[in-house]
Amino acid sequence: MSSPTGPSTRNTFLGMPAVPPRSPYGTGHLRGERAFPEAAQDELGNEQLRRNLGRATHSIRAKRLALTGELPDWEQLRDAGSAIKTDTMNRLPELLEQLEQKVTEHGGTVHWARDGVEANEIVARLVKNTGSDEVIKVKSMATQETGLNEHLASEGITAHETDLAELIVQLADDRPSHILVPAIHRNRDEIREIFLKEIPGIDPGLDTVPAHLAAAARAYLREKFMTTRVAVSGANFGIAETGTLSVVESEGNGRMCLTLPETLITVMGIEKVLPRFQDLEVFLQLLPRSSTGERMNPYTSMWTGVTPGDGPQDFHLVLLDNGRTAALADRIGREALHCIRCSACLNVCPVYERTGGHAYGSTYPGPIGAVLTPQLAGMHGAGDDPNSSLPYASSLCGACFDACPVKIDIPSLLVELRHQHTEESGSTAEGLAMKAAAAVMKRPKLFTAAQKAAGLGRVLAGRDGTLSRLPAPFDGWSDSRDTPAPPKQSFRSWLASPEGAATMRAAAAEGAPHTDDAPEAP
Amino acid sequence: MTATARETVLRRVRDALTLSSHPPEVEIPRAYRTGRTLPDEERLALFVDRLLDYKGRVHRCTADGTAAVLAEVLHGHRARRVGVPAGLDPAWLAAFDGEVVTDSPDIPAPRLDALDGVVTASAVSCAETGTVFLDGAAADQGRRALTLVPDLHVCVVDLSSVEAGVPEALARLRPTSPLTLISGPSATSDIELERVEGVHGPRTLEVVIRTDV
Repeated sequence: MSSPTGPSTRNTFLGMPAVPPRSPYGTGHLRGERAFPEAAQDELGNEQLRRNLGRATHSIRAKRLALTGELPDWEQLRDAGSAIKTDTMNRLPELLEQLEQKVTEHGGTVHWARDGVEANEIVARLVKNTGSDEVIKVKSMATQETGLNEHLASEGITAHETDLAELIVQLADDRPSHILVPAIHRNRDEIREIFLKEIPGIDPGLDTVPAHLAAAARAYLREKFMTTRVAVSGANFGIAETGTLSVVESEGNGRMCLTLPETLITVMGIEKVLPRFQDLEVFLQLLPRSSTGERMNPYTSMWTGVTPGDGPQDFHLVLLDNGRTAALADRIGREALHCIRCSACLNVCPVYERTGGHAYGSTYPGPIGAVLTPQLAGMHGAGDDPNSSLPYASSLCGACFDACPVKIDIPSLLVELRHQHTEESGSTAEGLAMKAAAAVMKRPKLFTAAQKAAGLGRVLAGRDGTLSRLPAPFDGWSDSRDTPAPPKQSFRSWLASPEGAATMRAAAAEGAPHTDDAPEAP
Repeated sequence: MTATARETVLRRVRDALTLSSHPPEVEIPRAYRTGRTLPDEERLALFVDRLLDYKGRVHRCTADGTAAVLAEVLHGHRARRVGVPAGLDPAWLAAFDGEVVTDSPDIPAPRLDALDGVVTASAVSCAETGTVFLDGAAADQGRRALTLVPDLHVCVVDLSSVEAGVPEALARLRPTSPLTLISGPSATSDIELERVEGVHGPRTLEVVIRTDV
């Protein structure tokens, strides 16, 4: 395949290199249709969603805290995880080349994809080469990001998701709303309805007991596992030193896909490489405890190339860029690439808990998604790119930073992205409101006048004492916040009044220390 | 001359590193716990506690009691046809009166589905997480499909192969073998985060720990 632009690698130009491109606008699932505040507005009205999410995130939070607290060296593990990721990013070119060499040595084939479109084309071509028109899939963020299933469908290939939650989402023609628990927004009644409607030959007497729902999925997928000849997976880790790939899961659907088919195609983001096999000792402690609040996930599979007589005899690894190099070129993006997709930050986020994942519009929702998505796919200019609203989808409370197993400072990165966005776009509605406020505050007379005018706000505020919509130029502020009604009187005018002066005198008298009961000096 | 995707991605990575002010070479602080040893009793107690927490079932025996315990466990599940990897010690199933099917790469997966269960050895275990590690290249553990498709997995673990923590266990593995880490039976939490045992992998995991080996 050819590169449309750009110098060849043998170029001797020593000046400033070009900024690596971001993933193409509008392909894959790294951009929603609407800006976050607008999309969130709808989700906030969905009480069922909020109940499901509230229960789920609270239970997972409690489990995670208990299990991370169990390890006396949890902070040391976080430090090691963070440093290994920094080291990985520093040495990415050599590590990727080493991984490629090791996978090839063990009988696998490595492909490189500049973006999601190219990755999808590679996978479709490999599937066609096998003569199969269907694939079974292990839950994978990378292929979700590139929109692989849709591309395969357009090429006449059916992709069957085999993770229970992904299956629920796929059968309902829905979108995942959580990195780890994609159907977190659905409750058991909804899942039963989906199964009854979409699974052919299902027992119409199926009830809502989770064990029975899981058994129905088991029966439905078993035949697919036994007969499908091609599988597509993602990877949690790719070890440069040995060429070993790893998938971490619970249900055994991953083991089925990685073991039974003749051909395995793994799509892995280039940032998922780890230098040494030994590094797994850190991440296999950090990941399960952070993500599902378990000491270890039920199943972890590791494979290196192909093994004669065991598992797929044809293995392909697709290394995916899709905006990752653009992220790497930026201090913020580089840190966001440390993410191991554990979803701990989603589960502790007050914003995510109320809006759910769909409001973010991206494969990567929640706090890390708000940082990662604009880095991978860009925040395009001053216009109305939904991605440019993501850095504001946070209260900056800091819970995500505390929860992150590799210590990504998400709140600071969000603030920095907001800065970049305002720099890039020049002016925003909110910025305009702030400028107007600054102009008024600089002139005492205007300020007093404005305060008097603000008193009128009480009349407009209505019974609950809040203003939901401010007049221009302050509407940029009120778009996403309620504003408390201003007081009847400004502080300055109150202080100047006889009432104010009397109150101040009384306060001064009360606050003065009495000689007889003053505490003794220590 | 046009660049391949490989050249382009690698060039972009190098460009990105040149563009960004990245931190200098980092030393990895490995102050977390490694090289831990625990007395047999403590390791055993910890391992058993964690296995039970994951809904695994646990049996203890000595080496010369292996055959009797395995026969009893299989009998308890009414298992009549049991699969074994080619290199499993035949003495282990000497007391089992059902049919023993020796696995080979040409047995297709649907036929594994017809087995009542499978008995294997294990490579290493981790006490702190209740994890059993299977080395697919070892003759007594067999190919990965064998321990995956049947609904019952009976796994023999020697106490001497149980390590305290994850770093100690990983250090004893052969990285390029196909490896499977098992912590309890198959499970899902995808429906309202309520844990359900048994989806696609074996719904029952029986661990037989030989305390004198």
